[in-house]
Amino acid sequence: MIINDRNIKTWSAIGSRATFGIATLELAKEIDNLMVLTCDVSTSAGLDRYKKTYPEKYLDLGIAEQNMIGVAAGLSSEGYNVVTTTFAPFQTIICCEQIKVNIGYMKQKVCMVGIASGLALGNLGFTHCCIEDVGILRSIPGITIISPADSLETIKALESAIKSKNSSYIRLTGSSNNPIVYKEDYNFEIGKSVKLREGKDLTIFCAGAMVYNSLQAAQKLKENGISCSVVNMHTIKPIDKNAINDACRNSKLLVSVEEHNIIGGLGSSISEHLVTVKDSPNLLIIGINDTYSKGGSYNFLKEKHGLSPGKIVSDIIKNLK
Amino acid sequence: MENKKKDIQKIKKFSIELRKNILEMAYSAGASSSHFGGALSIVEIVSTLFSYKMRINKDPNWDQRDRFILSKGHACLAYYAALCEVGYIPKEELKTFEKDDSNLLGHPVINKKLGIDFSNGSLGMGLSLGIGVSISLKKKNNNNNVFVVLGDGECNEGSIWEAAMAASNFKLDNLYAIIDKNNFQQTGSNQDIMNTDSLKDKWSSFGWDTVSLNGHDVDELYEYFNVAQDSKKPRAIIANTIKGKGFSFSENNNDWHHAVLTKSLYEKALKELI
Repeated sequence: MIINDRNIKTWSAIGSRATFGIATLELAKEIDNLMVLTCDVSTSAGLDRYKKTYPEKYLDLGIAEQNMIGVAAGLSSEGYNVVTTTFAPFQTIICCEQIKVNIGYMKQKVCMVGIASGLALGNLGFTHCCIEDVGILRSIPGITIISPADSLETIKALESAIKSKNSSYIRLTGSSNNPIVYKEDYNFEIGKSVKLREGKDLTIFCAGAMVYNSLQAAQKLKENGISCSVVNMHTIKPIDKNAINDACRNSKLLVSVEEHNIIGGLGSSISEHLVTVKDSPNLLIIGINDTYSKGGSYNFLKEKHGLSPGKIVSDIIKNLK
Repeated sequence: MENKKKDIQKIKKFSIELRKNILEMAYSAGASSSHFGGALSIVEIVSTLFSYKMRINKDPNWDQRDRFILSKGHACLAYYAALCEVGYIPKEELKTFEKDDSNLLGHPVINKKLGIDFSNGSLGMGLSLGIGVSISLKKKNNNNNVFVVLGDGECNEGSIWEAAMAASNFKLDNLYAIIDKNNFQQTGSNQDIMNTDSLKDKWSSFGWDTVSLNGHDVDELYEYFNVAQDSKKPRAIIANTIKGKGFSFSENNNDWHHAVLTKSLYEKALKELI
């Protein structure tokens, strides 16, 4: 993929889902044994061009996600490099047992991509939102979980996951006009977080679309005299323990921000390591507070669940007192 | 004709060896118990496949082999017994069945060295794996077949029907689903728990070339596998069987779904084998 200013802007405008489609189109050129499987969501996942260009590397299983995971595992066992995709709830929860047995227990290598995770489809209700995927998949051994910050990171995560020997789940958040976190190329490595901003008072760990909001929150906090580090924890499993250790040494408070239930996600993952660190600072976990709310637009729901930059700032200030 | 007679004799002999191995494993499992009945109902099916129908050789990972998937994973006693007879599992290793750290647990665990291509046990999953394998073989222009053994009770699972729909959609004529219709599931008869009487109609209506036959009649199984199959459909075989087949105490007795084989019953069973 050619990474330049123009492309980054285009990918941002079309959002991470459509960018995923473009990335697979590009990867299919160099990966002979690639197979992309979907469940009647080719358009939503930006795969219309892909399926026309590479019909032999594409399989639509219809609205049958449990079968899709089994078929993916069967293809993988015969040497294919398989990517599956559908909307996040259907990519992860409806077929959870199949993921456990085929991908976890049996270790058949598959890269799963959950599109429109988090709150992006809030006006369709919580059947189509996904605030549980990380918690559920994190408890299955052997699956790497990546939540890219923007469209460019979606491309980098997908390429890394496809080329990795391990199975993975890529959680795509945000919608079209996805804010740009990375304005230029950078080094992406699974399991290695990226510090985007340096500060001395506290460290914000964030993932997915919440990276941009956290950067904005950090800027507002600076205006209030509070200096923040912001760390893009794009890989939620395995969690970057070094980054947490580093933050423990240098911050009075740790904060995690995620578009996910506060149970089971990024905050939980950080806290599981944090309890092993002596005299560690407190961790403020910002996310959806273990509840299903009424639906609404993406921005409405982010505001309602305390995930807008302004709400993140006030939550942090309250906890610093 | 002479060949047919010889082949059938071979399958029947293989079946006796399978039942012997099953008895050895079930007995050595002791109090940990084993899924006895559902393994015995597939003995002739598994024998016909492993001793006659399937293209296999001494290398369990031979690329040109036919593939076998035991979707009703709890019937693994018959599977391990067959893998032993074809030389993939050492006879001695059968005694480790369900023991600590064994490769041979109460449901198959993937082990390429032993010829176990997939883990199974969570019902309803094997047919989807079979579809993935069938598609792979076609893509590789490999003309091997894929055989998936399912339980009739297992057909309660919705995922079986997702897979059944997909297999005919993709015209997977290299895929066989053999449904062990022994009329029982864990806690009772199909009739009592979930009616499966119309299985043949169901598979046909899902677009499969479907036959119903006696799953213990080696001649029938032999004949079926010898008729040229030229439709572009996947093939379903409703194999009418008897749960616990082969031993007077276990035949059609659902207490033997999962039970302990005592010394006296083991000895009784050995006598009935001959």
